[in-house]
Amino acid sequence: MSTLTSQSVKEETAPRPRLGWLITDSIAVSRRHLLKITRVPESLFFALIQPVMFVLLFAFVFGGAIDVGPGGAQAYREYLIPGILAQTVMFAVAGITVGITEDASKGIMDRFRSLPMRPGAVLTGHTLASLLQNILVIMILSITGFLVGWRINNGFSNAALAYLMFASFAYAITWVGAWIGLHMPNSEVAGTAGLAWIFPFTFASNIFTPVATMPGWLQPFVLWNPVSCLALAARELFGNPTPLLGDSFPERYPVQLSFAYSLLLLAIFAPLAVRAFKTRNK
Amino acid sequence: MTLAIKASGLAKAYGEVVALNGIDIEVEQGTVLGLLGPNGSGKTTTVRILATLLQADSGSASVGGFDVVTQPDEVRSVIGLTGQYAAVDEYLTGRENLELFGRLFHLSKFDAAKRATELLDRFDLSDAADRGIKGYSGGMRRRLDLAASLIGRPNVLFLDEPTTGLDPRSRQGMWSVIENLVSEGTTVLLTTQYLEEADQLADRIVVLDHGTVIAKGTSNELKSQVGGDRIEIVVESSADVARASELIQEFGSAAASIEDVTKTILLPVAGGSTAIVNIVRKLDENKIAIADIALRRPTLDDVFLSLTGHATEDNEESSAPAKGRRGRKGRS
Repeated sequence: MSTLTSQSVKEETAPRPRLGWLITDSIAVSRRHLLKITRVPESLFFALIQPVMFVLLFAFVFGGAIDVGPGGAQAYREYLIPGILAQTVMFAVAGITVGITEDASKGIMDRFRSLPMRPGAVLTGHTLASLLQNILVIMILSITGFLVGWRINNGFSNAALAYLMFASFAYAITWVGAWIGLHMPNSEVAGTAGLAWIFPFTFASNIFTPVATMPGWLQPFVLWNPVSCLALAARELFGNPTPLLGDSFPERYPVQLSFAYSLLLLAIFAPLAVRAFKTRNK
Repeated sequence: MTLAIKASGLAKAYGEVVALNGIDIEVEQGTVLGLLGPNGSGKTTTVRILATLLQADSGSASVGGFDVVTQPDEVRSVIGLTGQYAAVDEYLTGRENLELFGRLFHLSKFDAAKRATELLDRFDLSDAADRGIKGYSGGMRRRLDLAASLIGRPNVLFLDEPTTGLDPRSRQGMWSVIENLVSEGTTVLLTTQYLEEADQLADRIVVLDHGTVIAKGTSNELKSQVGGDRIEIVVESSADVARASELIQEFGSAAASIEDVTKTILLPVAGGSTAIVNIVRKLDENKIAIADIALRRPTLDDVFLSLTGHATEDNEESSAPAKGRRGRKGRS
């Protein structure tokens, strides 16, 4: 008896275009998730209904009680929409956490890991699909905002930069969700844990109320919170009201800081998530 | 002879719990190895290590000539894996699932579509091909899952309890599908709790218990370990039991055992069918009425019982350590 010698077969396998495979594998995986959205359109519907409700509630119910400077209710609506966009990007992260945990518990993850595909593609494909859904939701929300009185006052190129900023941040933060999802025992826990960390970042921020209204001890966190930076940067780029606290670094360079946060999150959590995926259950 | 799977000294522990305690496995190309054992005996852990999903704490293994640790990509390109639950996407159709896995196996778009159609035909899923998996029965899901594992025309196929939870008819269906694959030269490593399944499909059987190999051999070798055929005679009258036993002892290969209550005599024999004729004749000559007589061949259940002292249904051990296992949904 003899085993096949590894050398003899090794010669037959040509060097692999790893990056090329990563791209095609990612496209195949993201196609899977996009198909899923068309099969369960309810998921997209409810991903939309929540931020739309927030827009309506804050624009017409709570908004009157929040002062963002001259301009009254109209000013608040302009202040509100960039905040809601930032909130939506954050909440979308919980979806990928649950999705990844579900895949892992249903065994399809094992199938992926037993295929000769690039392992990272399972995650890049999922995050890309999530980004596309995010972009769609952001577009629909912008239209809703426009209907309640939100306006772009600062030119096309600044607005385009704002949307690019949202997309980059949305993509980067999804990797945090993916990383968390790979550590969850089941989708029930993932549903709770996936949201738990999002709440403080989303609400201890300037998305609904100006920083000045918050207690002093909280203000540094709120100022440096990536969600605040994102909302403030978007308000600047869209030409919406930006009631500032002072001239701290995050208030002076919100756009740069938002992009920096995106890069930083991606640089930390993408490798962490891929590693967690590869070593899961090992 | 070429070995498609070779593992030596595989050991794996999850914390304090020892799942595998240094096992050796060899599977020749084109044969079927049945890995038999109760829940928690280490079957799934073995498959996961060989399929590169899990890393052993110690020991080494190669599949298709490739080392599972240092050449995982090469191993993955020659294996197919079907787990205990259907690892397919519920929201996609059968065809979309197969095309997805085909693409991830790096088939061209055209080839992936062609291969999907081929496999759907072969597994009798053409009618349901464009329906969502949600509407599939348990047997259909399993067939699709098996089809998915064949996308890359694997040389080595791992089937982890392929028929657990299936009704008898679907089980028969899976068996004939697997038999067909084997006849085409695929090497199969099959885990099962069903002795009947190992008996039916496997060329060789490895019996695992508590992460240790407790027996290996062909089905017949294992059975002969427990003893050969036995003839079971039930006499009409309890008064005849002792006398009948003495009369027929000359045809036995070992001493007969008697169960008075059931009026049963168990006689180990060498040549089963000749012995039966002789026994019937002898008892008839002596006017002893026979209520029942049967040739009993030992089943693998007997094997397991005699090897481990407990039956295969003994499932009280902690179940296999794969994380996050869930019940199958929507079986029908």
